[in-house]
Amino acid sequence: MGKLFVAPGQPGAIAVYKTRYDHWINGGFVAPTSGQYFENVSPVNGKVFCEVARGNAADVELALDAAHAAAKAWGKTSVTERSNILLKIADRMEANLESLALAETWENGKPIRETMAADLPLAIDHFRYFAGALRAQEGTLGEINDDTVAYHFHEPLGVVAQIIPWNFPILMAVWKLAPALAAGNCIILKPAEQTPVSIHFWMDLIKDLLPPGVLNIVNGFGVEVGKPLASSRRIAKVAFTGETTTGRLIMQYAAENIIPVTLELGGKSANIFFRDVAEADDDFYDKALEGFTMFNLNQGEVCTCPSRALIDAPIYDKFLADATARTKAVIQGNPLDTDTMIGAQASNDQLQKILSYIDIGKAEGARLVMGGEQVDLGGDLSGGFYMAPTIFEGNNSMRIFQEEIFGPVVSVAKFDGFDDAMKIANDTLYGLGAGVWTRDLNTAYRAGREIQAGRVWTNCYHDYAAHAAFGGYKSSGIGRETHKMMLDHYQQTKNLLVSYSPKKLGFF
Amino acid sequence: MITELPSRVDVSEAAAGLLQKLTAIHGPLMFHQSGGCCDGSSPMCFLEGEFKVGGSDVLLGELAISEIAHSIKVWISLPQFEYWKHTHLTIDIVEGRGGGFSLEAPEGFRFLIRSRLFSDEEWALLEHAPILTGA
Repeated sequence: MGKLFVAPGQPGAIAVYKTRYDHWINGGFVAPTSGQYFENVSPVNGKVFCEVARGNAADVELALDAAHAAAKAWGKTSVTERSNILLKIADRMEANLESLALAETWENGKPIRETMAADLPLAIDHFRYFAGALRAQEGTLGEINDDTVAYHFHEPLGVVAQIIPWNFPILMAVWKLAPALAAGNCIILKPAEQTPVSIHFWMDLIKDLLPPGVLNIVNGFGVEVGKPLASSRRIAKVAFTGETTTGRLIMQYAAENIIPVTLELGGKSANIFFRDVAEADDDFYDKALEGFTMFNLNQGEVCTCPSRALIDAPIYDKFLADATARTKAVIQGNPLDTDTMIGAQASNDQLQKILSYIDIGKAEGARLVMGGEQVDLGGDLSGGFYMAPTIFEGNNSMRIFQEEIFGPVVSVAKFDGFDDAMKIANDTLYGLGAGVWTRDLNTAYRAGREIQAGRVWTNCYHDYAAHAAFGGYKSSGIGRETHKMMLDHYQQTKNLLVSYSPKKLGFF
Repeated sequence: MITELPSRVDVSEAAAGLLQKLTAIHGPLMFHQSGGCCDGSSPMCFLEGEFKVGGSDVLLGELAISEIAHSIKVWISLPQFEYWKHTHLTIDIVEGRGGGFSLEAPEGFRFLIRSRLFSDEEWALLEHAPILTGA
């Protein structure tokens, strides 16, 4: 057993949650207009640990008032000043990394090993990346003729809405906050109702660094807060990460006011293992096996979960056997234990949905290679939402190969050669991520260019470095994140077309 | 031997009860089956007409529930339907925190799909039956 962190709420815990959270509006807590709260459960033990404001349209209006009041000054703040604020936020987070990691683990169920090694370091780096990108951003100019110059300036959109999912509550918020703040916008953020408070924990740590009203957090249910927010006439843009139907609904609401929308809607990423990976039993083969096992990262609750593993026919039996052994070695346990690799699913309904897909897989005739059931970790953790890592074997037209299960479940299929691999990889409604594993650089390049996905990991997986654009093809969404092009998504272009001639044209 | 066209979608008793309650609160309802991550791979419940359907959506069926005056239409996107058409769906509920903008969230439940494959007999009737889109 590694180090065991003390759960928030127990004596000696390095992170403490309040028992009740209101909205964060205009630099302070504001009680919900409805006076109502809803319970927030920790997936680690299935027990309620706090209650959260149940927001509504009136609360959204208050947040919009605050954001609009702050927008002009924030938009006019120099890039140096905004950049320095983002850097200070990063430093403050770094100084409190462990307590932020614990807060996020408790709310989402993911292992503390992941929040400390991935979620929080990535979030910290994201603020630093955009602090730098902002300082380096330039407008352009063009000399139209001797008398006329066109100047292009970047201007903030103004006030924007961001609706965040529950799978990486802090990181998904930061992916949206960092570029929007950098670009000079004020924000209304709606956290997911399944993970509504870790962002408040973060906000409390950095609250003195942002002027009041620049960032506002309104909690509540999708239909009660998300709808008035996305359909508001007072926002200049809405950004959403989540599922396809909600993404369509948000586009509909945005259409009412003709505002831009960026969406990240999920995937069914193919992880492709070409025959040459097994040419030697070396470091790279070992890495490829780790690549297969990546479907367990974040309990499979990642839009880019490598949930389809395609293995080249000549190495199929050997690779699947080795990959199964590697998956059996994944350590499931208490998310607060630093040795634990896979924690709890984020909610009961997620766990039930995963289990329903196990049934579908079996009914369709897929072979269950390992796993396929809920796990009771006993003791205090007995009420938590734990799922066993699962491997299914089948073919690409089965529903378990086509639909996001969003759990630690991988569907394995055989392919024969490059063309077959591409055909199967692209036979999906989605196009967010993919993995290509090969020792041959031409295969790697050709596969990467042929796969219809926005992110093709090549001889790696689940790397979310800033400065690498991330986003979807096909039904996986619109726009790109984690890259400086995000600044453009949160700005508009002002063209000053200037004449330096004192003489009339001769028209009128 | 079945002669009537089998239904593609049904509702569990528990889900029907929740739908009666939601109808009393909100009025006429509809479902759209979502794909994708997070709260996806699950049916979303909206006010009838709230979610715009069109030529890219297939009407799977209409749920007739006692004490609800109108039937509740269940929709799915056409590309998704292509992968689902050989399965029968039952809309059920589980305890949960809801999802997306689906109406049941505040009630502490989440709608969920239970599936079974159509029998050969059922499929023989359904395979070439015309499908209705929202166009």
